[in-house]
Amino acid sequence: MNRALRIATPLALGIAVLAAWEFLVRHYYVPTIVLPPPSAIWAAFVGNFASLMASLWTTLSVTLVAMAAAFLGGVALAVVFSQSRLAETALYPYAVVLQVTPVIAIAPLILIWVGFDRIDLVLVIIAWMIAFFPVLANTTLGLKSADHNLIDLFRLYGASRWQILTRLQMPTALPYLLGAMRVSGGLALIGVVTAEMVAGSGAATGLGWRIIEAGNRLEIAKMFAALALLSVLGIAIFFALSLLEWALLHRWHESAVKKQG
Amino acid sequence: MAALLTLKGITKRFDGGVEALGAVDLRVEAGEFVSLVGPSGCGKSTALRVVAGLLAPTSGEVTWPEGKPEIGFVFQEPTLMPWADALGNARLPLDLKGVARGEAEARAMRALARVGLHGFERAFPRALSGGMKMRVSIARALAAAPKLLLMDEPFAALDELTRAALNDDLLTLAREDGLTVIFVTHSVYESTYLSDRVVVMTPRPGRVAADIALSPPKLRDAGYRLTPEFAEAAGRVSAALRAAMEAG
Repeated sequence: MNRALRIATPLALGIAVLAAWEFLVRHYYVPTIVLPPPSAIWAAFVGNFASLMASLWTTLSVTLVAMAAAFLGGVALAVVFSQSRLAETALYPYAVVLQVTPVIAIAPLILIWVGFDRIDLVLVIIAWMIAFFPVLANTTLGLKSADHNLIDLFRLYGASRWQILTRLQMPTALPYLLGAMRVSGGLALIGVVTAEMVAGSGAATGLGWRIIEAGNRLEIAKMFAALALLSVLGIAIFFALSLLEWALLHRWHESAVKKQG
Repeated sequence: MAALLTLKGITKRFDGGVEALGAVDLRVEAGEFVSLVGPSGCGKSTALRVVAGLLAPTSGEVTWPEGKPEIGFVFQEPTLMPWADALGNARLPLDLKGVARGEAEARAMRALARVGLHGFERAFPRALSGGMKMRVSIARALAAAPKLLLMDEPFAALDELTRAALNDDLLTLAREDGLTVIFVTHSVYESTYLSDRVVVMTPRPGRVAADIALSPPKLRDAGYRLTPEFAEAAGRVSAALRAAMEAG
């Protein structure tokens, strides 16, 4: 399928669904409080543009900080694991515990410990908790996947552990890390929005909170507008990370070859 | 001639209890082209890794009468870094040794040109054919100007024509540099064509079953493969290999 058609097909479907939605809601007089028509959602978006954009920016910036923290924390710990079997044996089970415990259940505790006055930090911590594990797990796997013959070759030429790490293990792990970041980007956004909802009561001002607030006020059209913005944000993060992956890998990695063919 | 290295009573038993090498004694002269031939799993590769210092023997010792020389290693697979282009791969040994950037680049370029890859310096491994990847691998080994070249079935995965071309190029390069080569293969014809000496090994645990000195002409080409001398030499190697397999 050619490129134009690949974009046009889902776009046409989306427009058709929106048109049908608008028509059905008007034709059957569905109350706006149950399901607002797209036109009302657009009006709510335009009417609340400033506050929604401020919320979007808040959610985006907190998500980016959480992603950066997940990246740094995950990679740093993976490097430690790759260098020390002892550290891995000791720490890995706790990383798993952190991963499998539902973050929404820990959120209130973090909120109490860190405090409502540092709400952004609360959000970052919670989002980091669910976003960092894929980075850790994948990067650890990647660092261990270096070609054994190449490791031998490095040793033959007297390479230091540092040289083996930076010149062999890290490039090997890069595709694994980038794949994990795409997963983590989505998870970080989920973490931030979940945490905003848990925090509630106006301390957080991101899109998650806007949805709760609009729901409480029965401003359903505004709820939809905030929801649509969240989707757009999620898609943007996904595409940005896919672009980064392509930029870093397309010259040499097999995954990029398949996409061309 | 002076011995470049000697193996004295080398054995290797792996952690799982597998005995890869029985007591192996071997002496390799400087400038010699020696092939190790034997059935799969007879410890040829293990012996090569012990010589390279990548594996410690369980007992016995490797001695270097004139000091341990610079060693190049070529694996069965090209074993290239996919994220680096041909030049980046060829200069790896020099980079690891801390050779200055400009000099490393110049030496790697020369090594690539010598294996016939001039103009492919910026190509990534995935864009190269199997034979060309193996040439990069050889260029990488040559870039560090080794005295001893260890090759572990380097051409086993290549088609017949590519293999023959690489055999000839390898002989030329080895002669030009006065290299000592230890070449592991399970091909009787390849070992006969390339070697001054063929060492036949028994099935696991590998020992030296026969040590056959050949006297190939200095300059060999496709015609040599058709001569009675070649057939006779290959026959001797083949017979020794069969005897070794039956004995094991």
